[in-house]
Amino acid sequence: MSELLQKVKDKLESKFGDALLSAEMHYDFPVFILRKDSVKDVLIFLKEDTDLNFHFLTTMCGIHQPDETEDKQFGLMYQLHNMPKNFRIRLKTFMSKSDLDMPTISDIYPTAGWMERQEYDFFGFNFIGHKNLSRILNMDEMNYFPMRKEYPLEDLGRSDKSDKMFGR
Amino acid sequence: MTAPNNTYDEKNYSTLNLGPTHPATHGIFQNVLTMDGEMIVDAVSTVGYIHRAFEKLAEHRPYNQITTITDRLNYCSSPINNMGWHMTVEKLIGAEIPKRAQYMRVIIMELSRIADHIVCDTVIAVDTGAMTGFLHLFQYREWIYEIFEEICGARLTTNIGRIGGMERDFSPKAWEKIDHFMKGFPKGLKEFQSLVDRNRIFMDRTINVGPITAEKALNFGFTGPNLRAAGVDYDVRVANPYSSYEDFKFDIPVGTNGDTYDRYSVRMEEMWQSYSIIEQAIKNMPDGAFHADLPEFYLPEKQDVYSKMEALIYHFKIVMGETEVPKGEVYHAVEGGNGELGFYLISDGGRTPFRLHFRRPCFIYYQAYPEMIKGSMLSDAILTMSSMNVIAGELDA
Repeated sequence: MSELLQKVKDKLESKFGDALLSAEMHYDFPVFILRKDSVKDVLIFLKEDTDLNFHFLTTMCGIHQPDETEDKQFGLMYQLHNMPKNFRIRLKTFMSKSDLDMPTISDIYPTAGWMERQEYDFFGFNFIGHKNLSRILNMDEMNYFPMRKEYPLEDLGRSDKSDKMFGR
Repeated sequence: MTAPNNTYDEKNYSTLNLGPTHPATHGIFQNVLTMDGEMIVDAVSTVGYIHRAFEKLAEHRPYNQITTITDRLNYCSSPINNMGWHMTVEKLIGAEIPKRAQYMRVIIMELSRIADHIVCDTVIAVDTGAMTGFLHLFQYREWIYEIFEEICGARLTTNIGRIGGMERDFSPKAWEKIDHFMKGFPKGLKEFQSLVDRNRIFMDRTINVGPITAEKALNFGFTGPNLRAAGVDYDVRVANPYSSYEDFKFDIPVGTNGDTYDRYSVRMEEMWQSYSIIEQAIKNMPDGAFHADLPEFYLPEKQDVYSKMEALIYHFKIVMGETEVPKGEVYHAVEGGNGELGFYLISDGGRTPFRLHFRRPCFIYYQAYPEMIKGSMLSDAILTMSSMNVIAGELDA
């Protein structure tokens, strides 16, 4: 798989220059860390490149890492797949808490529609250009983003769960 | 949620709420349909009725306690989810699993694939009005559940296997039950196929119902039987073999139209393929240990806990969730009942995962459902849903 890492790395470096921040193997996956503003262009390039042709978006997810530096508070991970050649890669990008805007990729990969809604729902990423960016798994009235690390597992606003007897 | 606009083309359409609890949808799914008579003009799906915050929960649990969460994803084939999680952790810690344990896992995974497909295929038949086949074939699902019961003590939410292998070897009773199933199942499945496969009513109700092209299916992230029904031969077991799947010979059935009949047929053929995999696994079952030598993750024998210092320490550490895990990020996918079930795990070296993301095939392909039922009859929409095998647990996490 490291040939794939080299191949994609060469292509991205020649096309996008310093937008590629790092490229390394994590277990059996080539992982590329990109500058935030280049992600959509890279995805379009990777999908349309005749050799690589990453036509399938396997999954995407958000990451919140409050212990990191200011510009790496939030992250997004995209996993791409070329089924006939069995190429799989992972793209990652990081951003600060004050700037959670990302261009939507649901126009390139329709499957990202619900994935982006899910990451908006849990982390609060603002996918610009998404047709219906609303909560999907949580209730519409929720006013926080529960997968962020500062929110505890149990809802602190509940009054029906005092548990005096068991000292929660 | 917003009601769909029901006054386009200067016509007044009626709005119909299908779900959230509707006896025909086999689970909690809500679809707000805009209807022109019996024809569906537009549909809006709402999901999340049984959301249980699995990803958040997983960030608060030690690694060996997350297996029970995965049980409740696709609860028609819990063992596959369990194995997928174990293999993810094993990949992270770099554990080598003995061949025997891998073959045992293959038997369990294929049994649960059969159980999963039995549910889906018989329910398609029920929705077209054929109750008999459902009742007949569920007998064999019951036998599979009895095998699980013998192996791990549970039936539905199995929590089967451990990080590092299996919790115990198959007992003679379990082998007996597997044998019993293997002897009886082909006859039962053939009987079901002769009832349903070429049945005129069944064919009329399913052919060209809810079709999807291969290109669209790929764009919408379909995997598993639903993608194969559209004609793409992608199967995780072949593309990225895990747990010794490269040792087995099996075919990947594919369809052509991606309609309900194709989805039914692909699942039907997959049951035969799974049956053949189990046969091969039983025949070539290697000797050896049923778990790896992983004292930090695998619970020691109870006898040793009482008599040996080291075993007692490890027992305590595992139970309290104080095991040290390497840092890293890993993705592992297994071929679940519905497609590629992926686990994306980031470990920061702590007792719980830093982030665990489930790639849930149902959630990803269910978004194509409104697209697939537009322009079809209401009763076909029900069939399309049951043939996609949307499982609420996996959909809502």
